[in-house]
Amino acid sequence: MGIIHGEEMVLNIGPQHPSTHGVLRLKVRTDGEVVSDIYPVIGYLHRSFEKHCENVTYEQVIPYTDRCDYIASMNNNLGYAVTVEELMGIEVPEKVEYIRVIVSEFNRIASHLLALGTYGLDVGAFTPFLYMFRDRERILDMFEMVCGARLLYNYIWVGGVSHDLPKGFVETAYQFLDYFEPQVKEYNNLLTYNKIFVERTADVGVLPPDVAINYGVTGPNLRASGVKWDIRKDEPYSIYDKFDFDIPVGRGELGTIGDCWDRYWVRMREIEESVKILRQALKGLPKEGDVHQAIPKKIRPPKGSIYKRTESPRGDLAFYITSDGKPKPYRLKMRSPAFTSLSVLNKISRGWMLSDVIAILGSLDIVLGEIDR
Amino acid sequence: MSVDLLYDWLNESIPFLSGNSLLLLLAIVIPAILLFLVIAVNAIVLVYAERKVSAFMQDRVGPMGQGVGLHAGKWGMLQTVADALKLISKEDIIPRLADRKLFIMAPFVIFVGAFIAVIALPFGETLIVADMNIGIFYILAVSSFGVIGLILAGWSSNNKWSLYGGMRSAAQIISYEIPAGLSLVTVIMLTGTLSMQGIIQYQSGGLFDWIVFSSPFSFIAFIIYFIAAIAETNRTPFDIPEAESELVGGFHTEYSGMRWSFFFLSEYANMLVVNGVAVAAFLGGWQSPIPGYLNSPGWGVFWFISKILVLVFVMMWVRWTFPRLRVDQLMDICWKYLLPIALFNIFGVGIWTLIFG
Repeated sequence: MGIIHGEEMVLNIGPQHPSTHGVLRLKVRTDGEVVSDIYPVIGYLHRSFEKHCENVTYEQVIPYTDRCDYIASMNNNLGYAVTVEELMGIEVPEKVEYIRVIVSEFNRIASHLLALGTYGLDVGAFTPFLYMFRDRERILDMFEMVCGARLLYNYIWVGGVSHDLPKGFVETAYQFLDYFEPQVKEYNNLLTYNKIFVERTADVGVLPPDVAINYGVTGPNLRASGVKWDIRKDEPYSIYDKFDFDIPVGRGELGTIGDCWDRYWVRMREIEESVKILRQALKGLPKEGDVHQAIPKKIRPPKGSIYKRTESPRGDLAFYITSDGKPKPYRLKMRSPAFTSLSVLNKISRGWMLSDVIAILGSLDIVLGEIDR
Repeated sequence: MSVDLLYDWLNESIPFLSGNSLLLLLAIVIPAILLFLVIAVNAIVLVYAERKVSAFMQDRVGPMGQGVGLHAGKWGMLQTVADALKLISKEDIIPRLADRKLFIMAPFVIFVGAFIAVIALPFGETLIVADMNIGIFYILAVSSFGVIGLILAGWSSNNKWSLYGGMRSAAQIISYEIPAGLSLVTVIMLTGTLSMQGIIQYQSGGLFDWIVFSSPFSFIAFIIYFIAAIAETNRTPFDIPEAESELVGGFHTEYSGMRWSFFFLSEYANMLVVNGVAVAAFLGGWQSPIPGYLNSPGWGVFWFISKILVLVFVMMWVRWTFPRLRVDQLMDICWKYLLPIALFNIFGVGIWTLIFG
C-alpha cells in the first residue's frame, strides 16, 4: 500500500511554544502530519556560562551553576563542588556529605516531578501536572527552610554547605516522605497506566541502546534503553556508595525497550529509589558537626586539570576544570546531559507524527538553561 | 414556545395588527433573542462550572473573590462576567496576511451552526422554538455546519498551526458524525419518529421507559453517541484540533477579543446541543424519572436542564482526567471500533424490536 506524498512544509516549533520546555526552536519538515526531519535551533538562552567562569573566582562560579539546570540546582552545585574539592584534595566532613545527599536527592525528586508533570501536559493530561507540582511545592518549601531560596539555591559550597540544616528539618523531611510515598501510586493510577497515555507513549520514539551510547545519551534516557549505567553506582562520588538502592532500567513493559513510556517509567521508579536513599540518609545523618569546617579561606587549586562527572537528574553532569594556580579557573567546561539528549531527537522522531514529536521531546526531559548555558 | 403558538398569541393580544406580517417577524425575533440569551448564560455558567470543577479535581480552589472593592464576587461567581467584559473591551486584531473576509466571517459561521441547532432543542413540553417533524435529523445536519467555520478559521488565519487545527477538526468532526448518526438511528428505529417531541413522548413512564434502559443495544448506542459527542465538541481526549501543547491554540490561534469569545460561546453552545440531543433521545428529555411525579411543564425545564448538566459534568470529568489521543488513533477509534459497533447495533435493535417490540 502506497503512502500519498504531498508537498513538504517547514514548520517552526518555538521559540515561543507551550511544549518546548524553554526557548527552543525546532525547524520541522513535515509532510502533512508526518515529520520527516527535525533541526533543533538552540542558543536563545545562551549566557556565556563558561566564559563568565573564567572571570570569576571559584566560589563565584557556584551561583552560575545554579542557572544552568535551574530545575535541579542542588545537583549542579554538588557536581561543581565535588570537582573542585577533588582538584584541591579537600576532605569534607561526614555531616556535610549527608546533607548534600539529602538535598540533592530531594532535588532529584522535585526535578523528576516537574519532568513527569509537564510530560503529562505535553500529551494533554492537565491534572497530573498540578498534582505533581503540588508535591514539588513541598520540596521547595523545605529548600526554603534550608537556604532561603526556592529555585536557585547557591547552597552547596566548595568544602561545605552554606547553612546547617535548620531545626525541625529532619522531622519535616520524614513527614514529607510519609506523605509522598503513597502519592506515587496515585500518579501511576492517574497517568502511568492510563490506556490513552500508554497508547500515546508506548512504542513511540524508540531509542535503541547502541544509538543511545553512540550519541552519548546518559541518565534516565539511557537507562530507559536498558543500559544499567548510573554514576552514583558505577563511579560513586560523595557518599553514594553507603546507600542501598536499585537502578531502574527500561524493560519495555508495555512496548519496546527505550520508548517514551520507558523513559517516563524510569523516572517514576527513580523517584521511589530516591525516597529509599533519603530515608537511609536521614537516618544516618550525624547530629553533631560543623558544616563550615572544611571550607577553604581561599580557593586556589594547584596547577592541573580535572574531569569529574556526577549524576544529575538528567544524566552525566561533568565539569572539566583547568587551573593555572590562580584564584580564577583558567578554563571551565561543562558537559551538559540535556544537550546530548536533545541531539538524539532528530534520529528517533523522524517518521513520527507532529504530536509524537512533542511527546518524544517531552520524554527526553531537556532544560534549555543547561543546553545553551 | 413554538413560533406558531407565539404568533397565535400575538394575534389574539394585539387585535389591530392581526394578520400583519410584522407579528410574524416579532414571533420569530423574540425566540431568537431569548435563545441568544440562553446561549450566553449557558456559556457563562458552564465556563464558571468548568473552572470550578477542574479546580476541585486538581486540588485547587479555582476563581475566588477576595478582599474589599472590585473582585470576582463570592466564590468568584462573577469571574466569567469579568472575563466577558475583558474580552469585549480587547483590541480586535486581524493579522495583515490573513484572508480578511473569511477571517471575520469564520467565528460567526461557527456560532450560527451552534445557534440554529439550539432551535430544535425541546426544553419543555411546549417550550421548543421549532418542533419539526424531522427535528433530530435537522440537528444532525446543521451541527456539521460549524465545521465550515472551523476550516475557514484555520485557513484564513494564514498560520500553519491554525491550518493544522482546521484540517484536523474537519477530519474529526465529519468522521464522528457517522457513529453519532448511526447510534441515533437506533433511537429512531425504536420510536418510529424523527420529531424531538415525539421521541420524548415515546419515553414517558419513568426511568425504565427511557430508551437508554429499554434494551442493551440502546445502552451501547448511548455510549457510542456520548463518545462521538465529546469528539464533536472538540474536548479532551479528542481535543486535537485545539491541542494546546501541540498546536498552540489550533484554529483559534490568531483570534482575540470578541471574535475569540464567539468560538468559546459556540463551543459551549455545542455542548448544550449534543448533550440536549443525548438527553432527548436517550434519557427521557423533559420527563421526570418517576412517572407522574414533578411532571408539570415548569419541572420539565428543570429535568431537561439538570439532565444536560449531569452529562456536561461527565464531559468535564473526562476532560480533566484523560490525556489526548493522536490523530490516527482518533480515526482508528472512529472507523475501526465505533462504526462497526454502531452498525451491528442497528442490526441488534432490529432483532430486538422484532422479538420484544
